[in-house]
Amino acid sequence: MSARPAEGHTPAGHYRFRHIAGMEWIKLRSLRSTWWTLAITVTGAVAIGVTVGVNTRNAAGDLTNNALAGMVPGLLLAGVLGVLTMTGEYTSGMIRATLAAVPRRSRLLTAKAAVFGVVMLAAGEIATFVSFFAGGLALRHGIAAPSLGQPGVLRAVILSGTSFCLVGLLGLGLGAIVRHTVAAVTVLVGGVYVAAQFAGVIARAAFGYMPILIVANSLSTTRPEPCGSGTGGCPHFLSPWAGLAVLCLYAAVALGAGGWLFARRDA
Amino acid sequence: MIEASGLTKRYGATLAVDGLSFGLRPGVVTGFLGPNGSGKSTTMRLIMGLDYPDAGTVTVGGQPYRRLRWPLSEVGALLEAKTFHPGRSARGHLLALAAAGGIARSRVGEVIGMVGLETVAGKRAGTFSLGMAQRLGIAAALLGDPAILLFDEPVNGLDPEGVRWARNLMRSLAAEGRTVFVSSHLIGEMALTAERLVVIGRGRLLADTTVSELAARAGGSLEDAFFDLAGESVEFRAGDPPGPGADAAGLRPGRGRS
Repeated sequence: MSARPAEGHTPAGHYRFRHIAGMEWIKLRSLRSTWWTLAITVTGAVAIGVTVGVNTRNAAGDLTNNALAGMVPGLLLAGVLGVLTMTGEYTSGMIRATLAAVPRRSRLLTAKAAVFGVVMLAAGEIATFVSFFAGGLALRHGIAAPSLGQPGVLRAVILSGTSFCLVGLLGLGLGAIVRHTVAAVTVLVGGVYVAAQFAGVIARAAFGYMPILIVANSLSTTRPEPCGSGTGGCPHFLSPWAGLAVLCLYAAVALGAGGWLFARRDA
Repeated sequence: MIEASGLTKRYGATLAVDGLSFGLRPGVVTGFLGPNGSGKSTTMRLIMGLDYPDAGTVTVGGQPYRRLRWPLSEVGALLEAKTFHPGRSARGHLLALAAAGGIARSRVGEVIGMVGLETVAGKRAGTFSLGMAQRLGIAAALLGDPAILLFDEPVNGLDPEGVRWARNLMRSLAAEGRTVFVSSHLIGEMALTAERLVVIGRGRLLADTTVSELAARAGGSLEDAFFDLAGESVEFRAGDPPGPGADAAGLRPGRGRS
């Protein structure tokens, strides 16, 4: 290092969103676990779509919804990856280096959520489009594959692809609130999976608001899903756009609460 | 460069830092000396804005840390505990920080060379020994070529050669006109590294002086002078349960050097 004045050395301006986002992107991509988790999540979703396609015998069913059946199990890994993106900072101690570089905490969390959200959106859309085409190709028994031009199909494929992003951000927010990996994953699994099993028993109307049921019965459908074996749209399921809005709301509430706590608590 | 005023931090029932005021000047190594648990790491965390004080303020170049425009180019810090993800390589860790700091990628290679981690820079940092982890922390502190450097117990885990290297590094950083603040509970190490000393016990300021002035108080022994101070901090709180300060006081009768 050369001799230098003790003051007035720093470059002009100040750090911007792109600097924070750049750091978060390098952090995300420089962990092998990120790529493993994404690869397993996408491959698993596609494999389930293909399996359902091979075994489909009812040509009158919602074939798009069938092809996208792998998205719901994939939500778990998307949510856990979101949790780990935040709690990993605390368990490793990295949070101290992160905050030394970017002490403005709400900006930091915004950039982290933006980078993670974009990556998960890309992963989700890849998973849904590949599932849709692979699931269609896997159809047997003379059933024709659905096409993106049919009513509601493109909407179902695109909206289902947002679910990894939105549940991932829900996980990220929970991670910021709870800060411990195991506790945050427990809350995530409890809220996203287990609560859905009980909600229907306690209050029928609450059923449609459960994240996995929104993905299964609202986002990924080309037409309103019937309840059980009944016919016609089930009144308890949200419409695709209402379902998307509710999932966005969950993610926003978790991130908002997490950001509020993150800015106020000792790191 | 760094000014603390009435800094107070409480964790539950524990008063970790208690009305601490001091100022640091550039061009010298200032040692931050105190027994374990005396509030050194907490003070470092308060300077960095990682924890929020219950009372008082601390500023860096006249501003709170969170208002710094390019924090890594203004303050470099090696904190006590590990501050990297075990799954990321040393290079990946430094590249991420460089991105946030608007620092050229070439600087990452430079600091890796400065701390001697060239051969392991691509390995996952979770495989590092304590000494290598300390070197990575020092590399991160040097990354932005900052005018202020904070080192919390920097020689922890370093071998004797590493201790000497870290000492020379800190002294040369100060000789370049930087403000260098180094915490330690090792009196002998401080005597060799620092020119000025901020001494604390139980979160309170005990002395803010030069190494030579403090040593002169006890006939030239910095160690004796330190135990005299630490003892006073215990007497000040007679009736409290024995803490690290009390251990220091307990050693006093056996010394008898002058």
